Amino acid sequence: MTELEVILQQLVTGLSNGMIIALIALGYTMVFGIVELINFAHGDLFMLGCFLALTLLGVSGLAAVEPGSTASLGALILMLTVVPLFCGALNWGVDRYAYRPLRNAPKLAPLVSALGVSFIFLNCGLFWGGLPLEVFGYGIAAASPKDFPALLPSENLLGASNIYITYREVLVFIVTIPLLALLSYIVKRTTLGKAMRAVAQNPTAARLMGIDVDRIIGLTFMIGGSLAGAASVVYALTYNTVFFQMGFRVGIDAFTAAVLGGIGNLLGACLGGIAIGIIRALSDQYIATQWTNSVVFSILILVLVFRPSGLLGARVRDKV
Amino acid sequence: MLLPRLLKPLHKRVGTLGLVLLAALLPPIAELLIPQVNFTGRLQPILIFAILGFGLNVVTGSCGLLNLGVAAFMAIGAYTYGILTVSVYPFQLGFWGGTLASLITGALAGFLLGLPTLRLRGDYLAIVTLGFGEIVQDVLRNLEGITKGSQGLNPLPHLSILGMELGSSHPKLSYLALLAFVAALALILKNLERSPVGRAWTAVRDDELAASCMGVPVVKTKLLAFAFGASLCSLAGALWASFLGSTGEPGNYDFQLSVVALCIVIVGGRGSIPGVILGAFIMVGFNSILLVELSELLGKSGFSGTQNVFASPSNWKFFVLGLALIVMMRVRPKGFLPQQTGRE
Repeated sequence: MTELEVILQQLVTGLSNGMIIALIALGYTMVFGIVELINFAHGDLFMLGCFLALTLLGVSGLAAVEPGSTASLGALILMLTVVPLFCGALNWGVDRYAYRPLRNAPKLAPLVSALGVSFIFLNCGLFWGGLPLEVFGYGIAAASPKDFPALLPSENLLGASNIYITYREVLVFIVTIPLLALLSYIVKRTTLGKAMRAVAQNPTAARLMGIDVDRIIGLTFMIGGSLAGAASVVYALTYNTVFFQMGFRVGIDAFTAAVLGGIGNLLGACLGGIAIGIIRALSDQYIATQWTNSVVFSILILVLVFRPSGLLGARVRDKV
Repeated sequence: MLLPRLLKPLHKRVGTLGLVLLAALLPPIAELLIPQVNFTGRLQPILIFAILGFGLNVVTGSCGLLNLGVAAFMAIGAYTYGILTVSVYPFQLGFWGGTLASLITGALAGFLLGLPTLRLRGDYLAIVTLGFGEIVQDVLRNLEGITKGSQGLNPLPHLSILGMELGSSHPKLSYLALLAFVAALALILKNLERSPVGRAWTAVRDDELAASCMGVPVVKTKLLAFAFGASLCSLAGALWASFLGSTGEPGNYDFQLSVVALCIVIVGGRGSIPGVILGAFIMVGFNSILLVELSELLGKSGFSGTQNVFASPSNWKFFVLGLALIVMMRVRPKGFLPQQTGRE
């Protein structure tokens, strides 16, 4: 492999991982934009999505299908419908029962509550992995990583080239790009999107204009959650392993991406996600894998300190 | 009106003295009641975590800054103590030298992290401290040549007074020594609360804008709280390492530990010193006494097989911690023993 091919390969890997991070980052950035809350539970919601995807495969008996067959396509569609619905509903419920009662409390209160939700989700993931299903190894070691069946054929689409582009990368683009377009359409063109932007700008004024603020916030949580659900299916199919503590790591990457792009800014979250994906890939290649997490955190701290409004310079205002 | 005025100071003094006495007598009484459990060994972590709680309480309770990287400062203290006292390295300063050094490195680390970041908004600060916690863990793990990686640095000297090592040979005496540490710190913090510095912290917490208008230097005040809190957490780390006789592995100082510390402060009562002690009793008592005892009990009765994930009490830990945070925020956001705020 030549030097150029190494870089190109890392860029491809980074770009496809970055697209997944972007989907999760959108959930952070939408919620922060509308209620100014760092939703610590978002990463663990994503983790629960991965477990649901694996459970669906196990229960429907589609876990052992031939990669690339019609049945595997069916499994893919099944997961991509059910998991986002589940994650969206769950995120809506979290907002309804953990955050909404604290909307007028001091700022620290919802943040601490979000930490609590994250811990409960973490524990649910542990229990989920202990269910006596074949795909979970009959729940013998609940905490250990579970293998996720490979539904996609791993042949190189570029033939004999040294650069690998497989169906996984293709799947990432096929899922993320339409979702991003749909989100952009909802936020920019629909009444719901208009209401969301109004609430983000000024909740009091929005309420005076007859917007049901709580409903809009709930819907925002739902949309953010379902994006995380879609991301979890794609992630599980790309990495083929699922374990209950995965949410923390992925969540931090996504949050870094949201901050890097300018929190509250949807386009920023996408670009930030791609940037983080590429940075991780390059750091794995040129620094060392065990330092990659520290590299991401250092970037997060440096961005927050020197350019807290992010690269795209989104609005940063303190609500008094 | 006369009666409460006469009674209050008296009752307060009796309360504090009584608490210290009660705590001192707790292990012998408890061991008398339940002879099969070694309480002195189990109760020492509570005192050490109370000191950790004090450290976080200065930052989060008094000054209102959410610090999610407490474990990192504890790790810094533990590893400072480890490197300066372990026999592999040439320093070998002993218990007191290592402990004092950990106070200094903790304060330094807090100062260096706080200097660029304390100007940030509250929730950004929370993320930065969380990131710092992960970086410290990674660094400790990756610099295996110095920290001995997952083995940890050991053996480390135990708590000693006047050249006599108390450690495992005199568990009751080292419990009393730790209790004296906690009592002394509680006294210092109580007095600090009413000093100009303590009042400045509270002012910044309650209303930053108003405080700065009254001439309180906001960033300096926050920085002092941050460095002081970090130094206390680092002290807790050094005491923890001396208690274990080892630094343990870097993975022990993870985000979970920071959340336990946060639970101690939130459950006990933000800004309240007795609250932190109560919080430490509840959280550490739950975490390292109740869960452990329950597991042993279930193990003996043959009820818990390794097959069922629900049957092991320690698997419920995150659930209970998380629920505690959510319920406290909704029901008693000020904690069980809220801070006394004078006239209201």
